Amino acid sequence: LNDLQVFELEPERYELIEAPKYRFEPDRREFLKTLGAGILIVSLIDRVEAQRRGNQSAPQDIGSWLHIGNTGKVTVFTGKAEVGQNARTSLTQAVAEELGAPAAAVELVMADTERVPYDMGTFGSMTTPRMAPQLRRAAAAARKMFPAGDWASLKFDRGDGELRAASIDADLKPNTPLGQSVPKVNGHAFVTGGHKYTSDMQVPGMLYGRMIRPEQYGAAIQSFDATDAEKLPGVKAVRDGNFAGVVATGTSAAAHAAKACKVEWKAVDESRSSSDSIYADLKAGAKIEMRQDLEDALAASKQKIERTYTVAYIAHVPLEPRAAVAQWSDSGKLTVWTGTQVPFGVRDELAGAFGLKPVDVRVVVPDTGSGYGGKHSGECAVEAARLAKAAGKPVKLVWTREEEFMWAYFRPAGVIDVRSGIDEAGRLTAWDFHNYNSGGSAIQTPYDVPVKRAEFHNAKSPLRQGSYRGLAATANHFAREVHMDELARLAKIDPLEFRLKNTSDPRLKAVLVAAAEKFGWSKSKGAIGIAGGFEKGGYVACCAEVAPAREAGKPPKIVRLVEAFECGAVVNPEHLKMQIEGGMVMGLGGALFEAVEFAGGRLLNGRLSKYRVPRFRDIPSIEAVLVDRKDLPSMGAGETPIVGVAPAIANAVFAATGERLRALPLFKSQGSGSRREAETN
Amino acid sequence: MARVMLLVNGASRGVEAGPETPLLEVLREQLDLTGTKYGCGEGQCGACTVQIDGTAVRSCVIKAASVTGREITTVEGLCAPDGKLHPLQQAFLDAGSFQCGFCTSGMILSGAALLKRHPHPSDEQILDAMQGNICRCGMFLRVKEALLRAVRV
Repeated sequence: LNDLQVFELEPERYELIEAPKYRFEPDRREFLKTLGAGILIVSLIDRVEAQRRGNQSAPQDIGSWLHIGNTGKVTVFTGKAEVGQNARTSLTQAVAEELGAPAAAVELVMADTERVPYDMGTFGSMTTPRMAPQLRRAAAAARKMFPAGDWASLKFDRGDGELRAASIDADLKPNTPLGQSVPKVNGHAFVTGGHKYTSDMQVPGMLYGRMIRPEQYGAAIQSFDATDAEKLPGVKAVRDGNFAGVVATGTSAAAHAAKACKVEWKAVDESRSSSDSIYADLKAGAKIEMRQDLEDALAASKQKIERTYTVAYIAHVPLEPRAAVAQWSDSGKLTVWTGTQVPFGVRDELAGAFGLKPVDVRVVVPDTGSGYGGKHSGECAVEAARLAKAAGKPVKLVWTREEEFMWAYFRPAGVIDVRSGIDEAGRLTAWDFHNYNSGGSAIQTPYDVPVKRAEFHNAKSPLRQGSYRGLAATANHFAREVHMDELARLAKIDPLEFRLKNTSDPRLKAVLVAAAEKFGWSKSKGAIGIAGGFEKGGYVACCAEVAPAREAGKPPKIVRLVEAFECGAVVNPEHLKMQIEGGMVMGLGGALFEAVEFAGGRLLNGRLSKYRVPRFRDIPSIEAVLVDRKDLPSMGAGETPIVGVAPAIANAVFAATGERLRALPLFKSQGSGSRREAETN
Repeated sequence: MARVMLLVNGASRGVEAGPETPLLEVLREQLDLTGTKYGCGEGQCGACTVQIDGTAVRSCVIKAASVTGREITTVEGLCAPDGKLHPLQQAFLDAGSFQCGFCTSGMILSGAALLKRHPHPSDEQILDAMQGNICRCGMFLRVKEALLRAVRV
């Protein structure tokens, strides 16, 4: 009945299950106030209220999802957040299509915990396959009540456009998207600087916060002296356990005040793990069970190989760092505006940290400067709220880029061991695949193998880790698709043909062929590589061409990428292409040069002058090929397009140089890739 | 802190700034010109790009007090007085050159400075001018497409 709640969390979403960082002790006065409110609370709550209080099933009354005003304005309520993936546009489009109303009449209220039905979060590529049909069903149910069944029949000027709330018929099938490109809603505000992100907000009386942090993970405050800092005008310092921060009248003033605080930190058990030792560390203590059928199948294979692949920790680097504006009301209610992909989770995190009831906390997410899976946690919101509580005024806290690197979480590093065998005809005979730490997403091979095993092994990570666009599908596809290339070479079969020969999945074959045709695979004389796969309802295939570097020892140049993608019926072709292109470019960073370096509990490259992300000169020719399956439900596209890039490039590099690269990133990079004279151009 | 007069988007504006206060901070916190973004604080990402006397500059590493009397243009000042978008702003909309939009102001300011200097830029000139602007959503090729569209206007 309700597919919004049926979602199993992948094991690598570590950030969603970790223990809260802060849990402040309420003082006695507040404690009594909390108790009093509890006793006086009236138990009469409507269904939407029940939603907000933790009943997490999706409401089936139209009114929870949309409201049609008597002026002709349609307001839609959804817990999804806009982080650049164009959900605001695609959901507006879905409702407008279903109502037969102009898109301009539809306005979305997104990710405001006081106004929208509960939502688990904007992750897992769920907006298109789940939220869009939900809103379509609500809109279709509303349309059935229109006097003549269409939008034009509503007479708004006479005020009789009011419709009675009714239930959504569970059998109501949403329409197939029309597959039209519509421009981004509110695009004008983004090109004129008018859109207010959280970090741009100002509320009356607001102060600016700055946290005081150790240089090393796990360090504890030994002594804290804010005497000098609090002599500065308008400065207040806060220390609560290992929480330390200041508020001041501006960003520089706050930074200055934070420096003026004298803090001694005590290191806690210095970690011996480093970016050099990490892969051995992650495998330490892991046990693999012997399986006789696998051993037999491997032994009987014509050829067999055993290889190890690694992926580094990488950072999301959302261009807008974590930011929050926190405001307490006189009655002790808390409102926080913050850029998160999980507004209800952050609401509960705030409630937990301050001993509040979730109904007394409101989290609002302004359209946000990207997330990529990196903004599932509410630490910045909690910190801003703690500072605001101490200051008695609203506080804005914007993490510095260095804080975003060090105190957010990373995509997990991982080791993947693969053993496999093929027969005389180049067909897979055995497959044994073990992923240590990076995760279980897309761990199952889409190829046909008679005897196989794929296992994810938990490990103790020295760094905080969590979700990242595509989760471990990137690591698992990298290992699998490079390994498939190694097998193809061993079998002396063209890598495309080898894949087609080893899968009976028509959708995987279709994208492989679509990418190869557009790319000119069979006619190409260049150094080329291919990779394919499947995850989160989307099929992907990527072809890459590289050219050897002009200087020896330098990485080859990526000349072009062609990627075919199929995620069922296409909703908005332009925005789908943007998601594919964006995922591919992001994938380039992790493929070519992104890696977090650390040692002794410290980050060694946690700033943009040291951590390299893709820039203009890194971008090859990129082409996205849409495979539109109108007969299949629409699935999300924010994640899966990222997974094909790294293995396709690694395989093309092998074709170019004969060197088999089995570690991500494929190349080491120094510096940021920007020019030194960055101040002016 | 001292009173500093700045010429921003054609108007003279008084702000409070110490010798170290970045231009970015006074634009955002005192003049509410928040189209200019903080992204890294070390001139690496380009989100804070403004124009000073027509040249693209990273406002996070320029001190406010150092640019008195010079012509500062932010994304809010790029439209014509009648509200008509700058050709590059329009081209960003037409070419779909952004997703989350956080890099957009900086991209447009860098790009507009380039077009002022080179009305018909070569590929190499585009790469040179834009290498310091990061788009994490990966819309680089569409930004380039917007630049080429703006050239044709």
